[in-house]
Amino acid sequence: MTAQLIIDASFLAAAFLFIYGLKRMSSPVTAASGIRVAGLGMLVAVLASFLYVFNVNEAAKPHLMVNAALGAVALAIGLGWAWTSGKKVEMTAMPQMVALYNGMGGGAAAAIGAVELFRTSAEHTLIPLVVTIIGSLIGAISLSGSVIAWAKLDGRINGVWRFTGLQMMNGTFFIATLALGLYIAFGAHGHAPVWMTASFFVLALIFGVLMTMPIGGADMPVVISLYNAFTGLAVGFEGFVLQNPALMIAGMVVGSAGTLLTLLMAKAMNRSVSNVIFSNFGATGTEEQGEIKGSMKPVDAGDAGINMRYSSKIIIAPGYGLAVAQAQHKLYEFVKLCQDAGVDVKFAIHPVAGRMPGHMNVLLAEAGVPYDIIYDMEDINGEFKEADVAIVIGANDTVNPAARTNKSSPIYGMPILNVDHAKQVYVVKRGQGKGYSGVENELFFADNTNMVYGDAQKVLVQMIQAVKSLDGGH
Amino acid sequence: MLTGFIALYIFMLAAFTGYEIIGRVPSILHTPLMSGSNFVHGIVVVGALFALLNATSVTEQVIGFVGVLLGAGNAAGGYVVTERMLQMFKSSDKKKA
Repeated sequence: MTAQLIIDASFLAAAFLFIYGLKRMSSPVTAASGIRVAGLGMLVAVLASFLYVFNVNEAAKPHLMVNAALGAVALAIGLGWAWTSGKKVEMTAMPQMVALYNGMGGGAAAAIGAVELFRTSAEHTLIPLVVTIIGSLIGAISLSGSVIAWAKLDGRINGVWRFTGLQMMNGTFFIATLALGLYIAFGAHGHAPVWMTASFFVLALIFGVLMTMPIGGADMPVVISLYNAFTGLAVGFEGFVLQNPALMIAGMVVGSAGTLLTLLMAKAMNRSVSNVIFSNFGATGTEEQGEIKGSMKPVDAGDAGINMRYSSKIIIAPGYGLAVAQAQHKLYEFVKLCQDAGVDVKFAIHPVAGRMPGHMNVLLAEAGVPYDIIYDMEDINGEFKEADVAIVIGANDTVNPAARTNKSSPIYGMPILNVDHAKQVYVVKRGQGKGYSGVENELFFADNTNMVYGDAQKVLVQMIQAVKSLDGGH
Repeated sequence: MLTGFIALYIFMLAAFTGYEIIGRVPSILHTPLMSGSNFVHGIVVVGALFALLNATSVTEQVIGFVGVLLGAGNAAGGYVVTERMLQMFKSSDKKKA
């Protein structure tokens, strides 16, 4: 029984370290140490769980060697794969990687539920059985949903998948899955035939796909966050089934923290979570748009750079396109040139710039841009009217004035950066395409806007060269 | 045994804890925190390991194996990604100082 005592004590320590670690992660000063504290908790818990080998039930004892070997192999593969993929992944691809890892957690929770449900020999009591099924359902949805979210953000699935009656179909599908699950609990008392239990899981996985397919890429951050909360809940529920308080606490902490985070993200985009999941965002956009007056005015990158060098105040509104072009380092180089010339340069970050709230901050931090020139939207929006130049790089929907004025626009009501208030706006953009929401941007047609077409990295190199040759010539 | 109300108490207190931790976080940390909380639910690997060790049939072994594999991926991947992100925050703080 000493093994059990050590396990229990380790789980208590792990639960403490998780909560303390998360708390430290919630401040920029202590954040880096926070993940290490939480990591220590995980290490303690996983090491302690090896002591389970002394505590398996009688029926499993003959299989113990095989099971332990399987466990070690599975741990090694999972750990090895995730460790190397996590080290390799580009910062821009971070959101979809988080989605993938999260889906794996959901899958693990569903697997725990599946083992319980397939253990026909076991005696099931009603409450744990219902909890097992709900946890499995949520976990399986989180798994397949996260995989779709990953595929969409990674560009493996393009476009959205919609038709009339889709929501009706999804609703029916969900109710059928739930009904089957409840039948396994209340009707079959956990001793349902294998095909029935298996189809419950298959249905749950399909529902995860169906639920995620109609959601557009721009909304994926909210969805990933939602699935993160889902996985947390699933883990908490399966923890109850396994009588493991560490899983219960960690799962439920993440469940509630993830839910709150989801609400905050949705709020930043001025949408409700149900709106994100059930609305036909973007689908109606093309028909309802009014005529946009004016024309796009292309301008040479070098001219734009020189113009900026001789202005006194610049505000830069970066978007995901900047990160895709891997241009944040070049951008900072250009910013330093301007600063050396005495120009006041600031960065304006939209809450959902990049792919997730805070994603752009991470990307700029990677390029070494200091914190004190990066401003949140609320803090800098009033300053645009004093700026000589606003530079929009790889951003589109987050600077579309239609969100303020055009009630028929699908992005109406979303808070935006007021770049159009600046005296002169330069938009660095690869082509004439629309933003992620599929909405035309009237900013590009405005009188004070000039378009600099080209890959952000190349454009910035030209701008840097133009400014350098200027200074060299004196 | 953690039955009935004790379990509900644990869930309730844990839910409040999670809410309180996230409640006052600056938006620049939302992405790392989402990733960090993603790491924390990687603890599911411990439960999957328990299920696998107690497996008595091939079906259970296969599912348990998959569970441990996925859970380990969640934990390890979540840690690496979060650590990398937060490392950047630290280094840029240093530059400023």
